[in-house]
Amino acid sequence: MRDAQPRLLQTVLAPILFGAAVILLWQGLVTGFAIKAFILPAPFSIGSEFASNLQNVADGMLVTGGNALVGLLLGAFVGILLAIVSSLVRVFDQMAVPVVGALSVVPIVALAPVLYTMFGAGAETARQLVAALAVFVPVYFNTLKGLRQVSPVHRDLMRSYAVSSWQATRAVTLPTALPFVFTGLRIASSLAVISALIAEYFGGPVGGLGKSITSAAASSNYGLAWAYVLGSIILGLVFFCAALGVEKLISRRPG
Amino acid sequence: MSITAPTNNPDARTTTSAVTVDGVSRVFAARKGDGVTALDSVSLTVAPGEFVSLIGPSGCGKSTLLRLIADLDMPTSGSIEVFGKPARQARIDQDYGIAFQQAGLLPWRTVAGNIELPLELHGLGKVARRARVAELIELVGLSDFARHYPDQLSGGMQQRVAIARSLAESPSLLLMDEPFGALDEMTRERMQNELVRICAETKAAVVFVTHSIPEAVFLSDRVVVMSPRPGRIRSIVDVGLGDMSNRGEDLREDENFFRGLSQVRDLLHGDESAGRPPGARGVETR
Repeated sequence: MRDAQPRLLQTVLAPILFGAAVILLWQGLVTGFAIKAFILPAPFSIGSEFASNLQNVADGMLVTGGNALVGLLLGAFVGILLAIVSSLVRVFDQMAVPVVGALSVVPIVALAPVLYTMFGAGAETARQLVAALAVFVPVYFNTLKGLRQVSPVHRDLMRSYAVSSWQATRAVTLPTALPFVFTGLRIASSLAVISALIAEYFGGPVGGLGKSITSAAASSNYGLAWAYVLGSIILGLVFFCAALGVEKLISRRPG
Repeated sequence: MSITAPTNNPDARTTTSAVTVDGVSRVFAARKGDGVTALDSVSLTVAPGEFVSLIGPSGCGKSTLLRLIADLDMPTSGSIEVFGKPARQARIDQDYGIAFQQAGLLPWRTVAGNIELPLELHGLGKVARRARVAELIELVGLSDFARHYPDQLSGGMQQRVAIARSLAESPSLLLMDEPFGALDEMTRERMQNELVRICAETKAAVVFVTHSIPEAVFLSDRVVVMSPRPGRIRSIVDVGLGDMSNRGEDLREDENFFRGLSQVRDLLHGDESAGRPPGARGVETR
């Protein structure tokens, strides 16, 4: 922490100043050229809508965030589990490759209408599953890659110690894989929010951010629609930062 | 000539030898044809406490031979015994410590954590572990770095950690596969001096793979010169530079050291007149 002062200036102050400048420029352009609200509302009006509808936006964040969280946990759990199975059982790995490959090219939110008819349009299940599927792919691939990173010299070392394969897994394989798992989770955390939100566009119960954005835009309340978009951005950041925080917490290594 | 047949080593007959390699061949399967013969009926005996280097050009099977002794690989034919036991049993009983060309440290563990690893895996108690680790760190001169991580250390320091780790369970046999191969010349000589000191303290037998002639001659009681395709033992040179505890930096200027160098070099170059007077050629320093 020797250079805390200049680092603070660079990492905190600089982006804030830049952000403030962009907002002021935006406000200036909208008022200066008298741009209509349905094209681009002014940031101050979005801000005031956000402030006066804080409760609604927060409720929407809670619904969408809840779906994203359930999807993230479910998708990550299944992804890590199947990656471990794939790394241990060769046959399973060979079977899984085409299936997961196919899954990764499916536009997963496009499954939402099908899932709504499967689980009923009144339940959040479809959205949670969409998020889980979106999360599963990057977590599975990254974890599997991580599990295969054990260097030959470490494998030789473990063999020379004549330890059980479970001991070797715990001492070397899992710690080697951990950074890869977290890379997957970090990508997945944003994907979970995006998928849960977009899935709302295709139906299901109201209350989430996605539904709120479409209904506010449909009733020409553009400032409010943008306020919900702001809520979505905050939600995505919360998920991303949480994933980053857990990663930093678990890998205690300096540097 | 001070070249002896492998089984004529006087120390080997009196006690159970540390390593007995008897008629070992290793053939690696190739996609087509008969495969590659890495080792062809090699026999070698290493006495307890003896320092033996394996030297030869790449492809002579010196590393393969070391891996076979460590039971990291299995011979196609022949037998290997370590302290009178099959190599596999010796590995399970943890009769040897091993160090590789790459230090092979776990980057998420500190220096102390890395040295502790074998002790921890084999279930030694926490208190005993801590005491042993402190001893070993002292032995390799890294006391100030116990809490550092491997990527904060130089290559030479990492290799010292790896050597401390290989010594953790006080093995009577140390297997080393070019442990100083990736180090610069000055660090390498310093590490050699340290290894000589450590060997004098631990009295462990050492099988040391290298492709540096001075390194082999400086460290060893005997130097096994190997030839490639197929890997065979060409000859064994009795260096006779005296006890480990008396080997210091001045030995590198000693006449016997130079004689050993030219003997080993002549053998490596396939010169049949290996016993001729020393100093006839310029001496390589590396």
